[in-house]
Amino acid sequence: MAEAEPTIRYTERAGRPVVEVGGTWTVFSVRGIREKAGKALKAAGAVEKGKRTVDATGLERVDTAGALEILELAGAEAEVETKNDEQAALFKIVRENMCEAHPAHHVNGLVHWLDEIGRGSIDFYKQVINLCAFFGEILVVVIEAILQPKRFRPNAVIQQMYEVWIRALVIVGVLCFLIGVVIAYQGVQQLRQFGAETFTVEAVGIGMFRELGPLLTAIIVAGRSGSAFTAQIGTMQVNQEVDAMRTIGLNPVEWLVLPRITALLISMPLLAFWGDMAGLLGGAVACTIYLDFTFVQFFDRLRDTVGAWHFYTGMIKAPVFGIVIAVIGCFEGLQVRGSAESVGQLTTKSVVESIFCVIVLDAVFSIIFLLAGV
Amino acid sequence: MAEAGQASTEDLPPKAPLAEGGQISDHRDGRDVVLRLRGIRTQFGDKVIHDNLDFDVFRGEIVGLVGGSGTGKSVLLRTIIGLNQAREGTIEMLGVDTSTLHGKAKRDMLARTGVQFQDGALFSSLTVTENIIVPIREHAELEDQSMREIAALKIGMVGLPADTGMKKPSELSGGMRKRASLARALALDPELLFLDEPTAGLDPIGASHYDELVKGLSHNLGLTVLMVTHDLDSLNAICDRIAVLLDKRVVVGTMAELLEYDHPWVREYFHGPRGRAARQEQK
Repeated sequence: MAEAEPTIRYTERAGRPVVEVGGTWTVFSVRGIREKAGKALKAAGAVEKGKRTVDATGLERVDTAGALEILELAGAEAEVETKNDEQAALFKIVRENMCEAHPAHHVNGLVHWLDEIGRGSIDFYKQVINLCAFFGEILVVVIEAILQPKRFRPNAVIQQMYEVWIRALVIVGVLCFLIGVVIAYQGVQQLRQFGAETFTVEAVGIGMFRELGPLLTAIIVAGRSGSAFTAQIGTMQVNQEVDAMRTIGLNPVEWLVLPRITALLISMPLLAFWGDMAGLLGGAVACTIYLDFTFVQFFDRLRDTVGAWHFYTGMIKAPVFGIVIAVIGCFEGLQVRGSAESVGQLTTKSVVESIFCVIVLDAVFSIIFLLAGV
Repeated sequence: MAEAGQASTEDLPPKAPLAEGGQISDHRDGRDVVLRLRGIRTQFGDKVIHDNLDFDVFRGEIVGLVGGSGTGKSVLLRTIIGLNQAREGTIEMLGVDTSTLHGKAKRDMLARTGVQFQDGALFSSLTVTENIIVPIREHAELEDQSMREIAALKIGMVGLPADTGMKKPSELSGGMRKRASLARALALDPELLFLDEPTAGLDPIGASHYDELVKGLSHNLGLTVLMVTHDLDSLNAICDRIAVLLDKRVVVGTMAELLEYDHPWVREYFHGPRGRAARQEQK
C-alpha cells in the first residue's frame, strides 16, 4: 500500500526532551523507522535515555502498529499529546497491552536431535505396550465371540470382505502377473549364461510361492485396506461415533475391529493364492516368449520340481500378515484424537507400520521355516 | 411452491417499504457506507438463497446478522468476503466495487478487512504468534522483531495471556482459539471486521467478556464489525443494528424497530422466551 512516510524529530522544549512524530504511522509504513529514529537521534545530538514527551499532534494517520513503534521508541511511560480523542484511545489501548515479545524459538541442533531421539524412543516403547494391550483386548473379544459365534456378525464380515478381497483382485492380479513376467525375464537372462535357463521355472515358482506372492499382496493390502481401516475408524473417532457406541454399550472392538480382522484373516490367503496364480501365469507367458516353452512344459516342470511346501509356507504367512495389517490399521484408527489432521497423520503411520511389521514377520518366518527344514 | 409462497405473502398485512439498503428506517446520519450490497442473488443449482438483497453497513457500527437455519447467513458472509460468487448484484466494500478488484488492488482490499472464522481457522502448524504474523508478513514489510512485538500487542489486546503466543492452536481451548483468531484478524488494523458466530460454544461468562472485547475494540480502533450470531445477549449488548435474513432478503433495524416489525419469524425470534430473557437481563 502506498503510504505517506512517517516522520520523527527529537527536540527540546522548555528544557525537556520531546519527540515529534508526524505523517502516517501504520503497519504498512513503519518499516525501517527504527534506523531512521536512530539517525534522527544522532542528528539532534540528544541523549538516548531519559523520560521524553511525545508530541503526536502532527500525526495524520496512526494504527496500533504505528502507536506501538512510537511507544517503543519513546518508552512505554512516555506522555503522549494527541490531536484528538480517537488517537488518545488508540495510544491508551496499545500502552495497556504492549509487552515484551517472546524471541523466536531457536533450538540447538544437537539438543533438538537428542530430544527427537528421546521422544521417539519413548513413543516407540509406549506404542509397543499399547499395541500389545490392544491385541489382548481383541483376544478377549475373540474368545467371547467364539463362545457366541453370532457375535462375529457375518454381515459386517462379508461387507468388509467385499471391500478388501473382491475389490483388490484386479490390482493384486495385475501386479503379481507383472512381477511374474519380470522374474522370468531376469531368470532367463541370467541363467542362460551357464545354460540353466530352464531353472527359470523354479525361480518363478519358488519366488512367487514363498515370498513375492504373499509379501506383495500384503503390501498392497496394507496400502489400500490398512489405510482405509485407519481412515474409517479415525473419522468415526473425530465425529464421536466411537464415543456414542461406547455410551450405548456397544464395544467398538467387537463392532468395528473384529469384523475387519476376520475379513482380512480370510481374505489375505485368498488374495495371496490369487497373486501366486497370477504370478505363475506371468512367468509362464514370459517363458513361452523367451524360452520357447509351451504352457504345458512350464507347468509340467513346475509340478516336478517345486514341492508343495513352497506353496504352504506362503499360505501360512498370508493370514498372519492379514491379522497384523488389520490390527495395526484399527489400532491407529482408534488412536485418532480430535482433529481431522490426526486422521491423516495416523493413516500414514498405519501404512508404514504395517509394511514394516509385515517385512519383519516375513524375516522371522524365513528363520522358522529354515529351522523346520521346509 | 411458487404459488404457496405468493399466497402466504398476500396473507400478511402490507408492510411499509424499506428505506435504502434494507433498513426499516434510515440510520445513516451522514456516515460513510463501508459495505454496500445491491441486488445480490446467490443460488446453488436451482436453489435460490438470496434474491435482490440490499444491505448497507455504516462506518463505526456493529451489525449483527441473524436468520433461521438455512436462510444463508454464512453464505451471505462468504459472499461478502469473496469466498462465494454472487450470481447477480454488486458488493461495494470501503467504496470500491469488489468485482472490479484484481491483483494488487484486491490484496490491498484484503489487508483492510479481517475475518474471524467460527472455529478460529488458525493454521495448525504454526504457533499463535506466527499465525498473527502471517498477514503482516504478506501485506506489510517489517522487521522480524517488530512483527513479533505487534503480535504480542494483539495477543494482549484480545485478552490472552502473553505466553499464548508460543503455543500451537491445538493446545488452546475453544474460547482461546476464537480470541487468537480475532488477534489474527486484527493483525493489520482492518477497517472492517467480519465475525462468524464469535460467541458460539463459549460459556456465558466467556461470551460476555468477548462481547465487551469486540465493543471496546470497535470503539477504540474505529472498527466496523459485521457479525453472524445467534447470541441474543450479544445482539442486545453490543450490536447497534441487527440485520435479519427474511424471505431471501435482509431487513435491518435497531432492536426497538425489530421488536415492532411484523413478521412471524421476527416475532418468534425476538419475542420468544430467550429473546425476552435476554432483554430483561439488559434492563
